[in-house]
Amino acid sequence: MSDADLLFKALADPGRRKLLDRLHAHDGQTLGELCQHLDMTRQGVTQHLALLEAANLVAVQWRGREKLHFLNPVPLQAIYERWIRKFEQPRLKALHDLKRRLEKDGKD
Amino acid sequence: MNAANRSRFVYVTFIRTTPEKLWAALTDPQFIRQYWFDMTIECDWKKGSPWKMSHSDGTVTDVGEILEIEPQRRMVIHWQHEWKPELKAEGPSRCTMELEPAGSAVKLTITHEIDRPESKLIAAVSGGWPSILSNLKSLLETGEIALVSHPRH
Repeated sequence: MSDADLLFKALADPGRRKLLDRLHAHDGQTLGELCQHLDMTRQGVTQHLALLEAANLVAVQWRGREKLHFLNPVPLQAIYERWIRKFEQPRLKALHDLKRRLEKDGKD
Repeated sequence: MNAANRSRFVYVTFIRTTPEKLWAALTDPQFIRQYWFDMTIECDWKKGSPWKMSHSDGTVTDVGEILEIEPQRRMVIHWQHEWKPELKAEGPSRCTMELEPAGSAVKLTITHEIDRPESKLIAAVSGGWPSILSNLKSLLETGEIALVSHPRH
């Protein structure tokens, strides 16, 4: 599976997106801390974290025997550049032109 | 120190290159300027040496010192912000860059931390790194950068 496939697959699950939101709110959490606020089993959270780590959306660091999870937004920047930025410019211009034309019509 | 009294981010990217080329990209000022939004870095990359970053107009934004350096593997920079007063007031931070071979790529990990909770400095620098790393990756892999201007400018 390509890097992009792993990334989109990781993002396709609401539970995994929730985990990313939890890390965004408070970065560097342990598995135990992440489990506290989620209605998922510990095993479920472990599996989701493994997929997020494989997609490089979560980076891990050890503090003694504790494994800390950090949100890694670098692959999201790649999605933004590949899938959003190149499309948004022409569309924003089209919307802007439409708005101008409609507002001009209104004045006539 | 307890994690709650510290602010830190950890960013990771995998770049299809060699540790030699990536290390050169991280230490050559001409190369750095291309992916780091025209910032100038001055350093001779030796342990204990001063490190300085400035805008293209000469305004110094950050200064520091090389705390640890192991070519092609790891460097730790003592990083003091100088430009914005509220960020300067937070005092020194630490930026660690680690390179690890990962198959046909190199895993680059950037950790930036400061011994205070809710750091504005860490929030500010964390916003810039994804674009810088994305530019660095595309420059090394394709010879071109994706973003020409800093998104905040």
